[in-house]
Amino acid sequence: MAVSVVALARSRNLFAVVVLGGVYSFLMATVLVALDAVDVAMTEASVGAGMSTILLLAALHLCKGEEAKPVRRPWTSLAVAVTTGATLVYGTLGLPGFSDPGAPIHTHVVPRYLNDVVKETGVPNAVTAVLASYRGYDTLGETTVVFTAGAGVIALLRRRRRDAKQEASQ
Amino acid sequence: MRHDLILRVMAKILIPFILLFALYVQFHGDYGPGGGFQAGVIIAAAIIFHGIIYGLESTRKVVPSWLVETMLAIGVLIYAGTGLAGILLGGNYLDYFVLDRNPVHGQERGIFWVEIGVAVTVSGVMLKIFYMFGGRGQEPE
Amino acid sequence: MRAFSHFSYFVTVFLMIAGLFIVIARGNLIKKLVGLGIFQTSVYLLYIVPGKLIGGTAPIIDPAFKLYSNPLPHVLILTAIVVGVATLALGLALVVRIREAYGTIEEDDILARDEATPGAPGE
Repeated sequence: MAVSVVALARSRNLFAVVVLGGVYSFLMATVLVALDAVDVAMTEASVGAGMSTILLLAALHLCKGEEAKPVRRPWTSLAVAVTTGATLVYGTLGLPGFSDPGAPIHTHVVPRYLNDVVKETGVPNAVTAVLASYRGYDTLGETTVVFTAGAGVIALLRRRRRDAKQEASQ
Repeated sequence: MRHDLILRVMAKILIPFILLFALYVQFHGDYGPGGGFQAGVIIAAAIIFHGIIYGLESTRKVVPSWLVETMLAIGVLIYAGTGLAGILLGGNYLDYFVLDRNPVHGQERGIFWVEIGVAVTVSGVMLKIFYMFGGRGQEPE
Repeated sequence: MRAFSHFSYFVTVFLMIAGLFIVIARGNLIKKLVGLGIFQTSVYLLYIVPGKLIGGTAPIIDPAFKLYSNPLPHVLILTAIVVGVATLALGLALVVRIREAYGTIEEDDILARDEATPGAPGE
């Protein structure tokens, strides 16, 4: 994944950038399956590698595929990024290690979810049960966000179509 | 793309299976990985596939614009309506326990409707965005 | 030993700064959006990795398994992925409009054109 990201950063051809983004999304979905996150992997594969690539290609077609991407001297940005990275690494040293059963993430509310989910909801998939029932408000908000994004795209891109229709009818 | 025979035939064979798989992912989301979001995106992907192979105009005939826009809104309304049904039947908003005499069945019913609402909205939005992007490129600039 | 158990965090931070670098240092708007997507996926890793227990399995309750991965970050990240694609779609719609208004999607050209012609950009 690191290789694909570096290639993406250095590439000039925008089509290659989009395809590398799709490759990166698929690799991320594979890593997620290895981490036992099957729902998330399915969503990342379909949304990240499928939908994002389609949208980027559609936008690229509309922008007529400008390829030149002049490289200024990126040393300041590189320094900023590396400093941020070093600070983040220093911060993560205090976090619990990999696969630590005593970490706080495993001890507060999750044992109740895992133990009671079949008794209370009758749905074996804990992720779906938590998403739709225990945390149903969040999913309502998310559906509204998706709807708003669709409405926003309609609002941004609709006006020209009406003008074109007026021109066609004259 | 319209003249490429292999692509057209394969698309005709594959699209029903993709839609069937999307329905499987949606309804089997309780027992395996899946659920509303994934199913919505797969439905949209199937119809976008049809649009890429056969052209946007013929896809617009199959799934017209007004249907897609209606799907956008109806999904959110189904979700909110399930919440309101909780209130009307005596519980709190988005309370699934009161939807059926047996509270566990009520939860299953609530989750079922909520996931359908999510899938409808997600597929509608993805399709609408694709229609918008695709429809804009056909104007003379 | 510390470094070994925290290796996943190093990978996450590397992806995060790669995404950040693409957003800051590259001028093309579409490339910036892809870099933003890379940044977002690194955050997904950041949330899901601590939930994994070695020897556990996917959080689908079954009598045959005893140890499960933590389902809570999965739920949060599912929402985050879908919201991420929604913002990507809106961003791309904005890029298309910018392209129609300015004729280019390079950040330097857009800034130069804004400074050259004070007032609203031509449509």
